[in-house]
Amino acid sequence: MLRKSFIILVIVVLFLPFLPLVIWSFAQGWFFPQLIPNQWTLQHWLQLVSPTSRVIEGLLQSLAIALITTILSLLVGLPAGRAIGVMEFPGKEALKLFLLTPIIVSPLATLMGIQFVLIRLGLNGTLLGVVLVHLMPTIPYMTLVLTSVFANFDTGYETQARSLGASPLQVLSQVTLPLIAPGIVVGALFAFLISWNEFLLTFFVGAGRVFTLPMVLFTLLQGGNNGLVAAVAITSVIPGLLFLLLASKALENDTALGGFGNV
Amino acid sequence: MIFVKLQPASQHHPAPSLTQPFPWQAYLLMLPAVGVVGLVFGGGLVLALLQSVGAIGLLGERQISLTAYQAALTNPEFLRSLSLSLYIAVVATGLSTLISIGLALLLRTAGRWASFACQITLPIPHLVGIVGVLLLLSPSGFISRSLYALGWIQSDQDFPLLVNDTANMGVLLHFLWKEVPFITLILLAVLRSINPAYEMQAQILGATPWQRFWNVTLPMMRTGILSSSLIVFGYIFASFEVPFLLGSTRPRTLPVLVYRAFTDSDITRRAEAIALGIILSVLSLLMIVAYSWLVSRGGQKRQFTKDA
Repeated sequence: MLRKSFIILVIVVLFLPFLPLVIWSFAQGWFFPQLIPNQWTLQHWLQLVSPTSRVIEGLLQSLAIALITTILSLLVGLPAGRAIGVMEFPGKEALKLFLLTPIIVSPLATLMGIQFVLIRLGLNGTLLGVVLVHLMPTIPYMTLVLTSVFANFDTGYETQARSLGASPLQVLSQVTLPLIAPGIVVGALFAFLISWNEFLLTFFVGAGRVFTLPMVLFTLLQGGNNGLVAAVAITSVIPGLLFLLLASKALENDTALGGFGNV
Repeated sequence: MIFVKLQPASQHHPAPSLTQPFPWQAYLLMLPAVGVVGLVFGGGLVLALLQSVGAIGLLGERQISLTAYQAALTNPEFLRSLSLSLYIAVVATGLSTLISIGLALLLRTAGRWASFACQITLPIPHLVGIVGVLLLLSPSGFISRSLYALGWIQSDQDFPLLVNDTANMGVLLHFLWKEVPFITLILLAVLRSINPAYEMQAQILGATPWQRFWNVTLPMMRTGILSSSLIVFGYIFASFEVPFLLGSTRPRTLPVLVYRAFTDSDITRRAEAIALGIILSVLSLLMIVAYSWLVSRGGQKRQFTKDA
């Protein structure tokens, strides 16, 4: 009984900040001390889709950056995960730790250094520049997940497929990839969400010209239109929640998550 | 197509020919990831370092000196910012780790829906959490309104300041809200991988529930606790937007101080900002070293107890 009430308490607290968000997004002039607004409105949600609020623009930019970042980090993370998960080689632990530095070390100094080059390359304030810096946090997470997936992967299946006459490409597409697919889903989920939610890196390198959803939200937050802020905040949560639902099966895959427990 | 496992024990005794190829193959596979991280992160850090000592400048000027570091370290705000950053990171990480251990142990026997509900804040951007916390905890926020409706407070003046307050309550609560589900998720995965036979054995041998937890379960969770709290500590210590929007205006955390110096209208303060950023990075690097030391020490200790 005590156990159950503690769990319920935690869940209530976790959901609590969403309550004022939802109310605000439909509220018209919700002044203190009203517990519930006197008047309801759809105006904030309509404002969201109007081009002046730049929310649709932010949504599309966020989506493009997150998708490209996810694909690139997957391409880079798969071989690295395989090497760390399956093979033994000198310097493995050091390289693994090195790959993790971007998520443990503050990126601020690095960002100021990168900006110096990006300005000279004309990449400051471009989508490409932002994707490049988004790879810093996504590659470590991707590698962590895939390392742990490969560590639990039996290479005997590949050996057998090869001995039965499959080409290396056939082995990859028909044996390896289907077997590690759930792990790939978890890794891609993490990478997508990290990029989608990223604020600081975009803030520095985007130079106000790359306008992702977090940038829209940050700008609106300075303005003080709580209704619109709440509507944008809810909008930016939707893909994350969708992904969580879709991947809830994959998230129970402990081999994929175990990687975080053993950095 | 059905594949039969050729070597069931191949994970423990890899066949030298295929599962353990020449190391250069492993290095080749590592190259893209190490290359990108090295080039972007490492390269950025090196460039920042060069800028901070004046070896390269935005306008092409060159004068090597350590004045930027002197300015950074003698900045009257530096020590206060550093201790504020450490205070927030230590308290938030410590509390979330403790709560997560308890929650993970409870969720272990609870149903799927409970575990799922406890993951709700995982995919939520920090910025959205910040907005939620502001609308919930500010003097005219939802909790304040609820207390007013209950008659516990007479005006918003009676409500304690929980955002942008000197104790940084809003920042700490936000991080707890966001990081408890993260650590819990990892610890749950660790707990599920533990062989329950050890705990049963302890119970059979007469261990109390507390002894069973302290001597059996907790040691097996150790690595998971250490690595998840390291990730969380590093993240909170370097976090910018949360203390920027929810934290105290003075003192400011180290990342906020760096940002303010970097965007100062006085462009000569840039080198100082970069020097501050480098100091911040070095501090985080030291944490990784301390962590590796902790883990290796733990490994030796375990080894010892096994032998004894």
